[in-house]
Amino acid sequence: MKNRITELFAKKKGNILNVYYTAGFPALNDTVRIAQALEKAGADIIEIGIPFSDPVADGPTIQESNKIALDNGMTLHLLLEQVKEIRKTVSLPIILMGYINPVIQYGVEKFAKDASALGVDGVIIPDLPLHEFEEQYKALFKSLNLCNTFLISPTTSEERIRKIDAATEGFIYAVSASSITGAKGDFSSEQVQYFERLQNLKLKNPFLIGFGISNHSTFAKASQYSAGAIVGSAFINLLREAKDISADVDAFVKSLKK
Amino acid sequence: MKYTVDQRGYYGQFGGAYIPEMLYPNVEELRNKYLQIIQSDDFKKEFQDLLKNYVGRPTPLYHAARMSEKYGAKIYLKREDLCHTGAHKVNNTIGQILLAKRLGKEKIIAETGAGQHGVATATVCALMGMECVVYMGKVDMERQRPNVERMRILGAKVVPALSGSMTLKDATNEALRHWINNPTDTHYIIGSVVGPHPYPDMVARFQSVISEEMKKQLQEEIGNPFPDYVFACVGGGSNAAGAFYHFLDDEHVNLVGVEAAGKGVDSGESAATTALGKVGVLHGSKMLLMQTEDGQVVEPHSISAGLDYPGIGPMHAHLFETGRVKFVSATDDEAMKAGIELGKLEGIIPAIESAHALAALNQFEFDKDDVVVVNLSGRGDKDLETYIRWGKY
Ligand SMILES: Cc1ncc(COP(=O)(O)O)c(C=O)c1O
Repeated sequence: MKNRITELFAKKKGNILNVYYTAGFPALNDTVRIAQALEKAGADIIEIGIPFSDPVADGPTIQESNKIALDNGMTLHLLLEQVKEIRKTVSLPIILMGYINPVIQYGVEKFAKDASALGVDGVIIPDLPLHEFEEQYKALFKSLNLCNTFLISPTTSEERIRKIDAATEGFIYAVSASSITGAKGDFSSEQVQYFERLQNLKLKNPFLIGFGISNHSTFAKASQYSAGAIVGSAFINLLREAKDISADVDAFVKSLKK
Repeated sequence: MKYTVDQRGYYGQFGGAYIPEMLYPNVEELRNKYLQIIQSDDFKKEFQDLLKNYVGRPTPLYHAARMSEKYGAKIYLKREDLCHTGAHKVNNTIGQILLAKRLGKEKIIAETGAGQHGVATATVCALMGMECVVYMGKVDMERQRPNVERMRILGAKVVPALSGSMTLKDATNEALRHWINNPTDTHYIIGSVVGPHPYPDMVARFQSVISEEMKKQLQEEIGNPFPDYVFACVGGGSNAAGAFYHFLDDEHVNLVGVEAAGKGVDSGESAATTALGKVGVLHGSKMLLMQTEDGQVVEPHSISAGLDYPGIGPMHAHLFETGRVKFVSATDDEAMKAGIELGKLEGIIPAIESAHALAALNQFEFDKDDVVVVNLSGRGDKDLETYIRWGKY
């Protein structure tokens, strides 16, 4: 059994564009259409957010998209049905990203099995402790060939980064600054130093840089130091205003990659 | 049975540290250092000195004769309402600010519901000359207005939390976000026995002075350190944790936690977590949590802002699961009546939170010799508007 994430990173070494959006936003059934538009536009990874009532690591933009999605009636069960629909036409790697509580209510093992069976390639659960993953779920994930991505931040020690690297299959999510999510301006010199530090660690896994990637300039700059980058809030802002999802997503992705 | 936290930060299946990586270094630093710091002689000396000379401890254990007559038992009130700032919350903020100083932190953030924890935090920040930002739900800012102004007089910045139900849960989210954005110079003073390990244990230790004093005072008063019952209201659970702490291993002491039933446990407008909640993760720990089947946190309701929280901390979740503590609830109406009753019978107007503990007394049949301690966690000054609006006195 192959995993689309590890295949992608084996083939493509740079400028990988991972696009995040919240399931069920702006409208409940847009989840499928947005995935199709992203593939057509040339994104490399689709990262779909599982909405949660209390997203503590997120800034106002993603908070609002979570709230609208929940008001629209979005649930994790429904998201998995949408993934099934997406997989009928889309072949890009799919990652589900979300806080642990909805996953616990679904059942962590059942979630991993169901998601994997429907064609999900990886998950990101920012508040799942590393030791809990290693002790309780790592073997299961391996048997399902499901990648789990951990976050690291500028304050993560080298020792811990190496531990996370050892526990990871796929890629590491390098948070670009000590901050919650949100689109920002250009990177500071400290951020660039942090990217260089990561680059020099020569980790076993590639890393993607996320948080604050909003345009071609930040995407290109992040990609200089990493395998690519993750765009979230800027894409949510686009979706909120989108008149024609297919055309607007296409223009957005092309403007990032140029 | 062991009721305190284990080596790894768990109480049975509850507790732990479910936090995004951006918070990990801060929480890890606390975890590595908190015990060593709070057990050091120098810390203990400063902590005890401030509790005595600044907070006004020990607080009295008052034999409430007219209440005793009414309820047919020997009723004692542990007067946390007489602490400086008007509630037990200050025991914890004194401890945490001394810890923050020893960690070299310069700025303090906090969340608050009733405003008591916010006031207690603003107070210790003024005392230590530290910058203070308090997050408070917009709804709570309206219903606890005097406390908002108190915080401002004390020099704190009060920031309204505008997300979700705009109450305590949302204020906590905003404080956590602030901490993610300011990871090096800031300490987050959490106000209850919630949050990632080591917060629940740390806050319980700072509040444990309540039951430590109760034991001494009961020994002096009745020649026996053990009461038959201890009652405390439970929001996140800090005053209850403090009131129960030194009795946990004495199984003959009946411990009763009183939650806010709001308009009734089954009304859809309640904060009675043990009745309505399931195992879940919020604000960094595994606890009992009111939530939908899909794992979305349900917005609680209580007339009392300090109990308007959708979960109970991991220590209490474990005490509930093991049956060591009996959890009951009181409605908005029952609490308001009990608060007014205490005013008329004993000349003490309690915080509406504390009135919930009093309101549970008539759910029990006591022997006339039973020694019953009610932890009166706070005073009612901040609630005057709510009492006036409720009327019927
Ligand atoms: C007087 C008083 N009692 C109780 C509480 C509830 O908190 P906890 O359950 O942590 O004691 C509050 C919270 O604001 C309070 O102000």
